[in-house]
Amino acid sequence: MIVGERKPLSEIMELLGGAQKVLVAGCGTCVTVCFAGGEKEVGILASELRMKSKLDDHAMDVEEATVQRQCEWEYIDPLRERLDGFDVVLSLACGIGVQAMNERFPGVITLPGINTTSLSLPVEQGVWEERCQACGDCLLGTTFGICPIARCSKQLLNGPCGGSQEGICEVDSDTPCAWQLIWDRAIEFDQVRRLLDIQAPKNWSQSRDGGLRKIVREDLQLESE
Amino acid sequence: MAEERTNGHKSGSNLEKVLRAGHFAITGELGPPQSADAEEVIHKARLLKGTAEAFNITDNQTAVVRLSSIGSAVLVIKEGLEPTVQMTCRDRNRLAIQSDLLGAYALGARNLLCLTGDHQSFGNHPTAKNVHDLDSIQMIRMVKNMRDEGIFECGDEIKGKVPRFFIGAAINPFADPFEFRAHRLAKKVEAGVDFVQTQLIYDMGRFRKFMEQVVNMGLHEKVYILAGVGPIKSIGAANYMKNYVPGMIVQDEWIEGLRAAITDIPKEDKDARREALRNQGIKACSEQIKELREIEGVAGVHIMAIEWEEAVRPIVEGAGLLPRPQVE
Ligand code: SF4
Ligand code: SF4
Repeated sequence: MIVGERKPLSEIMELLGGAQKVLVAGCGTCVTVCFAGGEKEVGILASELRMKSKLDDHAMDVEEATVQRQCEWEYIDPLRERLDGFDVVLSLACGIGVQAMNERFPGVITLPGINTTSLSLPVEQGVWEERCQACGDCLLGTTFGICPIARCSKQLLNGPCGGSQEGICEVDSDTPCAWQLIWDRAIEFDQVRRLLDIQAPKNWSQSRDGGLRKIVREDLQLESE
Repeated sequence: MAEERTNGHKSGSNLEKVLRAGHFAITGELGPPQSADAEEVIHKARLLKGTAEAFNITDNQTAVVRLSSIGSAVLVIKEGLEPTVQMTCRDRNRLAIQSDLLGAYALGARNLLCLTGDHQSFGNHPTAKNVHDLDSIQMIRMVKNMRDEGIFECGDEIKGKVPRFFIGAAINPFADPFEFRAHRLAKKVEAGVDFVQTQLIYDMGRFRKFMEQVVNMGLHEKVYILAGVGPIKSIGAANYMKNYVPGMIVQDEWIEGLRAAITDIPKEDKDARREALRNQGIKACSEQIKELREIEGVAGVHIMAIEWEEAVRPIVEGAGLLPRPQVE
């Protein structure tokens, strides 16, 4: 899922500047599941903003709205009526949601209230770990299902760097070395051989390096007149 | 044609010639300053001259910005030393690497060390973006193809003079997964590496075990392996490496050797203790080189004494390896 983290209140206050009327907009999908921007977090932030702005002597009028998915037109369209009179929308959705709001409702600025961090797996209660960087050319099939692009700090494709020690990545003592994990899986399946072929330089043009990525499925497009 | 020009050698570098002639080779290391001070490079070059076949010039070592490897290499060449340019995958993409290597070759560099690079979080610009377009193995293959096929990474022909480097890489026999290490060396060999330098060795048992695996795989016949050594000048430094340097194992005997060197010197006599520790560091390093020479498959040593360049000459001398061979 897409995972994010709430921005600090001080940064949000700064972003809001002198706004009088703010709509805090949550999203009911990924950011709800990772406790960053669902209905509950919207409620918490809204009361924080009310309190803080009162303390700062310019009480803001803060309202709340959470939609099922902020990254699809059909779910955000009903918000249109609610936007009247608001200076800004503070979105607690991921970066896609924030942009969807700005694109759909260009008359009002939507600001980000969370930092979108990663495509992560909730590995245990309260812990999300990155698993994918959407590189556009998935190579999990050659790495025993472990992604070296997202999980190796140096995105190595031909085995571990010299800093791998006792299964831990040199960059962070809390992070497993991706290549140790890959190696262990190769041993488990008795297929070490597959790790010995040299992997050619990656085609990064499928990744963000190639510019904006876009998928067009003509078979799904609606017939235009 | 190309073969003729280099007299049958791949690059014609001094390091290549000495290794090919079957001598036990020595390489050293020179760390450029964190400034534009040419004098500092020249000063170090003068201290090191004549102690080794070639000297690695580090490339933003430990991810700290320094005078560039290629720039320093030119200064070193002027002083009559042979440099080994280091190049990391951290700071440059495939375009920058190739273009800088054309430049390095045009300026007279003949040895190259291909490295992944320390992560930027260890250095003085931890908020930097890293590159890692290629990994070190892919870089080795790219540089080999430039030399032997006369092509760029994209496959285009290099029209005109081709950069002919003696290609090196680093290996760490002490990192994990241990069993992968010899295989990773094999991959570097397959990619086209000519020589490798190991991480600092302070665990001879594990290094011997690694070399056994290497010899069993016949890799020592396909690549020159230079064993990494470095003098330790204090007990604190030894403990630091043991506890904080990723991928480093330091056996207690090194620390005990240093302790023993100062047992009879009173605590107050700081200078004498410092001197005794330094002498012990140098002596232990010379002894280790002699021991390494006896290990099958070891073609030479790589002496790392960054910020202690003065130590290199006595180390090499103590190992009975001065003067260095001259090969035409
Ligand atoms: S290889 Fe690419 S697409 Fe596949 S998991 Fe990794 S980053 Fe995602
Ligand atoms: S220690 Fe492992 S995960 Fe970390 S950079 Fe090196 S190979 Fe990648």
